[in-house]
Amino acid sequence: MSDAILPATAATDSAARRDIGIKKRYAAEQRFRIYGIAAITVGIAFLFILLGSIVSKGYTAFTQTTISIPVLFDPAIIDPDNERATDPKVLVTANYPNMARNALATALGVDPSDRAALRQVGDMVSDSVRAQFRSLVTANPDLIGTTQTVSFLASGDLDSVYKGQVDLRVDEARRKISDQQIAWMNQLKEKGQLGAAFNWGLFTLGASSRAESAGLGVALVGSLFMMLIVLVLALPIGVAASIYLEEFAKRNRFTDLIEVNINNLAAVPSIVFGLLGLAVFINFFGLPRSAPIVGGLVLTLMTLPTIIIATRAALRSVPPSIRSAALGIGASRMQMVFHHVLPLAAPGILTGTIIGLARALGETAPLLLIGMVAFVADAPRSPLDPATALPVQIYMWTNEAERAFVERTSGAIIVLLIFLAIMNLTAILLRRRFERRW
Amino acid sequence: MSALWVLVFIGLVAAAGYVVGFQRAAALQTGPEKAHSLPSYHGWWAALLALLPALLFFIVWSVATGVILEGSVRAQLAEADPNIDPSLASGMTHTVADALRALGVHGMEQAPADFAALAAQASARGLMLPSEGQDYMIPAALQLNETGTLLGSIGAVVAVALCVIGAIYGVSRIRLRSRARNHVERVMLWGLLGASTIAILTTVGIVLSMLSETGHFFTDVNPLSFFFGTVWDPRFAAAGAADSEGQFGLIPLLAGTLYIAFVSMLVAVPIGLMAAIYMGEYASASARAIIKPALELLAGIPTIVYGIFAVVTLGPFLRDLSAVLAGGTPFIQAQSVFTAGLVMGVMLIPVVSSLSDDVITAVPRAMRDGSLGLGATQSETIKRVILPAALPGIVGALLLTASRAIGETMIVVLAAGVAARLTINPFEAMTTITVKIVNQLTGDLEFNSPQTLVAFALGLTLFALTLVMNVYALYIVRKYREQYE
Repeated sequence: MSDAILPATAATDSAARRDIGIKKRYAAEQRFRIYGIAAITVGIAFLFILLGSIVSKGYTAFTQTTISIPVLFDPAIIDPDNERATDPKVLVTANYPNMARNALATALGVDPSDRAALRQVGDMVSDSVRAQFRSLVTANPDLIGTTQTVSFLASGDLDSVYKGQVDLRVDEARRKISDQQIAWMNQLKEKGQLGAAFNWGLFTLGASSRAESAGLGVALVGSLFMMLIVLVLALPIGVAASIYLEEFAKRNRFTDLIEVNINNLAAVPSIVFGLLGLAVFINFFGLPRSAPIVGGLVLTLMTLPTIIIATRAALRSVPPSIRSAALGIGASRMQMVFHHVLPLAAPGILTGTIIGLARALGETAPLLLIGMVAFVADAPRSPLDPATALPVQIYMWTNEAERAFVERTSGAIIVLLIFLAIMNLTAILLRRRFERRW
Repeated sequence: MSALWVLVFIGLVAAAGYVVGFQRAAALQTGPEKAHSLPSYHGWWAALLALLPALLFFIVWSVATGVILEGSVRAQLAEADPNIDPSLASGMTHTVADALRALGVHGMEQAPADFAALAAQASARGLMLPSEGQDYMIPAALQLNETGTLLGSIGAVVAVALCVIGAIYGVSRIRLRSRARNHVERVMLWGLLGASTIAILTTVGIVLSMLSETGHFFTDVNPLSFFFGTVWDPRFAAAGAADSEGQFGLIPLLAGTLYIAFVSMLVAVPIGLMAAIYMGEYASASARAIIKPALELLAGIPTIVYGIFAVVTLGPFLRDLSAVLAGGTPFIQAQSVFTAGLVMGVMLIPVVSSLSDDVITAVPRAMRDGSLGLGATQSETIKRVILPAALPGIVGALLLTASRAIGETMIVVLAAGVAARLTINPFEAMTTITVKIVNQLTGDLEFNSPQTLVAFALGLTLFALTLVMNVYALYIVRKYREQYE
């Protein structure tokens, strides 16, 4: 009797138990999984939105509207009193923008006596023609009096219109470019005298208050100097420190202190390093402000912990058998480290160094404090000359009001991201190519 | 230029020492008895003997010369004009001295009569002289040049002599049994040790420089009114008001910093933690191989890019969105705690996920298997077994993330605004400690005013805050790792 009943109750019991909660628990499991997928989707979606918004705003910065027309190097404008033989300064101070304006007016068939129209024509030309024509004329004074076909930049506002970034439905009075100027622009375009060309100036020019003639040249040189300084200082010092800590140091208070220090320095806010640079390198040692050498030193101190941590991991991954073998055949400890362990750890060290350099390249905050926010028009010749850096130049352009600078800012970010991508890809390839699994 | 030549010469002598030492040591190796060290070690030892004492002397001598010259110039200038600012005047004198040297003027009899004449001569050669220069700077500059040249040549001669003597001594001591390798390796070891102390020197440099500047700041401003003041208005004090205290209040900045960090953690922690759990527990190896680097890309993007995204794209978008939602006036400002916190949160997602990924994968396999074997679902295992076991490590990871959020600069500089006020509305602008450090130091204020020195007090506060969090977090993580090892 009881035998017959017991299994039945057990069966109903277990069936009830299976009913209670199991669906709920599986639903909870499903929900949990979906949370995870959602979290990853959100993260990656942000990545795409971020990159998409930068690229869509910035890709136009790589072309620039240029005008290419015959220009009369008019002696009446360059040297009205014909005194260039005695006073060479005339060639430097001449009103070259007027020359470009007149040439454009001729090309458009505008009446030279119509002053209002002439002013409008002049507004289509970038002010950078002053420097461009000046250097042409001072390099070759024989040009005066001749007519040459020259390419020069259109003004930033015209450039924006040409790229379709200005809403032309807006009332004409509230636009910087009038309908007449747009008609002229189209007229030039039809004749093939106006068009978009690759924007080499973005990579060669220095600071400028006008968007169309502002470039990253100074910033690129400044960043290059700083990266060289970081590489030359941080790599040997970092590797030496890691070798000491990993291979020679005895476990004691002192090495513990160094270790805590390094781990902590890796997490110190970067702006604190800027304060250090300002107080120590500039105020105490008297190094020049805005100079890449100070920036390089600050970034070196910032990058050191990264390199040390990566190098120590690389050294640790070399198996002890290598060390024993080297010591066993009579190498000294130094020889063991430098002849056997270090070469085997080199790929890991290089990868860590490149990643550290990439982080240093994108760092902005400490450089702001040591005065790299400077208006520098000429490329620095040495690390002691004033310069800016790539991310700092981006920051400075965001503070400009003109709309053409928005495009430049995003374009500069694209340049920066391309550099970072190249560096990180190199690191990944190095790791793939040379990494050993023991 | 002469200093450069001395260094080049020392380098050449050291190189010669290496070559000669190497050859001598190699020539000794003829008989059956083996040399103690390889020839290259003998070469290196000779080179080091030539290099190190000479360089050491040269550096010490150069620094000492600079200090002595500066002292004598300042004394001379103070005698001529007691009211002059010594550092400014000596800077001008140095410029004058450089110009005189470039013009080839070496004595009082060749020198131009007065400063104006000198400036005219210099500008003809394309040299710029400071316009406030005084006549009495010319003799001071001449003497500076004279003494400088004299001391410089003495230093150069001694350094070169030391270098040559060192090289000759090193080469002459080469024997078959001399222990060159041990000597070289000892120098190398000292070099390695020296490199590893740079970390300590950096920390000491940070603390000392900040402490001294903060000390200057606290002579002008009462520390109590800095740490507990609720008003931040440095300009008001700049106007020279007697009642300048209380205008450098830290509280609004600290509140803004913590508020923005809090909002960013609200974004980053759930997303980052869930992403880490999914990648660690659910994702297949191939999915992981794509997802992990994609999320790490977020960490590789410079923070200035996030800042510009916030100020150019996200801020205006949120403002317009809130205007549509509220039907007219926007309730989210373009620069706000919410915008800055949101973007910073996105930046921190990979930080949270990679730190907690390490922690979660460190939980032993056996705990997982035990829970799954008892019939728990995967999510129950994660929630009831793995997360509690990993909790200390996760707390450490979150502390590290929070310290990143507090110290982050560029995002808040661009997206959070500069108005220092206390508010609990996340859609309004607040400012942070880092923003104010940047603001106070990128203007044209003179260096010794409280307006710039306050940046160091803020920096010290920031450093102390993050230091405590980092050290505690690293301690927890270390403790946690040892538990499962």
